[in-house]
Amino acid sequence: MTAPPVVTDQPSRIARGRGATSRRGSKKLFLSIVPLLVLVFLFSYFPLYGWVYSLFDYRPARGLSGSKFVGLQWFQLLVSSPTQVSQIVQVMANTLGMSFLGIASSVLPLAFAVFLNEVRSKWFRNTVQTLTTLPNFISWVLVYMIAFSMFSSTGLVNNVLVSSGIITIPVKFLDSDTHVWLAMAGWGIWKTLGWGAILYLAAISGIDQALYESAKVDGAGRFQTMWYITVPQLMPTYFVLLMLSVANILNNGMEQYYVFQNAFNKTHIQVLDLYVYNVGITGNSLSLATAVSMLKSIVSVVLLLTVNAIAKRVRGTSIV
Amino acid sequence: MATTTTTPRGTQRSVRDLGFTIFNYAVFLLLALVCGYPFYYLIINSISANDVSALGDVRWWPVGLQFSNYRQAFSLQGLPQAALVSVGRTVLGTAATVLASAYLGFMFTQERMWKRALWYRLVVLTMYFNAGLIPVFLIMKVLGLTNNFLVYLLPFVVQPFFIILVKTYVESLPTSLEEAAEVDGASVFKIFWQIVLPNMTPILATIAIFSAVAQWNSFQDTLIYVTDQSLYTLQFLLYMYINQAASLAQAAQQAGGNIGAVASAATSQTATSIRTTVAVVVVAPILLIYPLFQRFFVKGIMLGAVKG
Repeated sequence: MTAPPVVTDQPSRIARGRGATSRRGSKKLFLSIVPLLVLVFLFSYFPLYGWVYSLFDYRPARGLSGSKFVGLQWFQLLVSSPTQVSQIVQVMANTLGMSFLGIASSVLPLAFAVFLNEVRSKWFRNTVQTLTTLPNFISWVLVYMIAFSMFSSTGLVNNVLVSSGIITIPVKFLDSDTHVWLAMAGWGIWKTLGWGAILYLAAISGIDQALYESAKVDGAGRFQTMWYITVPQLMPTYFVLLMLSVANILNNGMEQYYVFQNAFNKTHIQVLDLYVYNVGITGNSLSLATAVSMLKSIVSVVLLLTVNAIAKRVRGTSIV
Repeated sequence: MATTTTTPRGTQRSVRDLGFTIFNYAVFLLLALVCGYPFYYLIINSISANDVSALGDVRWWPVGLQFSNYRQAFSLQGLPQAALVSVGRTVLGTAATVLASAYLGFMFTQERMWKRALWYRLVVLTMYFNAGLIPVFLIMKVLGLTNNFLVYLLPFVVQPFFIILVKTYVESLPTSLEEAAEVDGASVFKIFWQIVLPNMTPILATIAIFSAVAQWNSFQDTLIYVTDQSLYTLQFLLYMYINQAASLAQAAQQAGGNIGAVASAATSQTATSIRTTVAVVVVAPILLIYPLFQRFFVKGIMLGAVKG
């Protein structure tokens, strides 16, 4: 989970530096950051130029100038070729389906925090927090390694089930096309649950204790304070994070799905980001993949702006 | 917490409270085990007798304790090189990101800089859009960064989120120090190096730790931009060992084992021993630094969430 960023674009509270002194001084400061601005240009703005590849039938061997200009052919292909359309429909179903599962599970970190807050033993709480936040800091390759040692046909779970006589043939948990979305959502939860709760735990520690005390005086029990005080106080944080995940509905990333991908689950694991990689890099259809990349980027920006506008109307402040 | 009152209602409540408390502890104990046990499982398997671990019989504690796997792991083909690449990109990449974030974050507080607001907006804007995987790949090729070690460093130098963190932090520092130095005639650059930078260490530590973890864990850039084996990272190598039996067998032979044959001895390499050992090598830095620097991680996410 990425935290919502802070953007303070207003002039600094206190004017820094000697105000507008010599113009030469101000240019000198600018020149000193030029090399870094060049990097920003090269890696963030210049790639937008790469969108022109979607208008060509790009062949790496011939270079862009030697490749044929085809206009909007790739975009037309996306909506006219039946095989292409059915592929895209499946990919979109995977993308939205798994994003939806991610959004549906976004209450879990909140619940985690509310319940962990009821644990009185400090060392137990700290131990739980350290262990449950750890998976957030390992790579997806390692998550896959863990999945492999637990759930492959020679993994721990199958070993235990076979040796205890519950099953005779190992279950293929990983090499299977059933429940792929759920399994992926499950690994996502395993990786991010504890870390996602950190933000809520901090918000809880900021709640005015007087609220709890007056509730207790009024005879509120433990569950009532949890439900009527803690949970409502966390709602603003929850709302911001929810809005951000809605804005990122197309951005599943590809790493998780790439490492878990195999010949058996390919149909249901291919999200948009992975599809672009498979078509572009593995399949070498760079122009078609550029067209899909480009559409995705545009839709993502529109989504972000829309969600931000909605948040602005509901909360009065923007989320980005 | 459970209040012991003598009224029936109070007793009922305290019994219910006790039940909840036990349930709550049990659930969190389970969650902690689900998150922690897999790491333990990898570690005990990597230090057990290889003929036992290959059968999947190492579950609770090491069986036939031995540490030779770690010595042998470093004779696997390509592994020392991959370790060098991973360590190199982590150290150099983190240093570059920290310095650039500190410098740009500070410079964006200097109002007399020419068109300061414009440059700042251009940098921040890059957080909200992305040209897309393939266009970026094509441009990296144009720039000559495919199969180039620099692809691990240059794209990560300027990170808008870190720059915002530094800028906000510098703005919260008292201006008196800076002003005093200026009265003494110190240049902006001198003020940055000698006054502001030393006062930024808390925020820079947070940035360093996040950036180091990201560098160490990075896998996708090797996958997309690199085909030259001498530039493989540890993460990439581990992925190959899990998924490609051929490369695993080859690696094992180099280390004096034979994957195809039934593991015969406690120290000859098996698929399990190589995978678990390399996995532990890959995760060890995270396991070692995470508990020590947990507060920096937590601080990082808090700083990012000020607005939420």
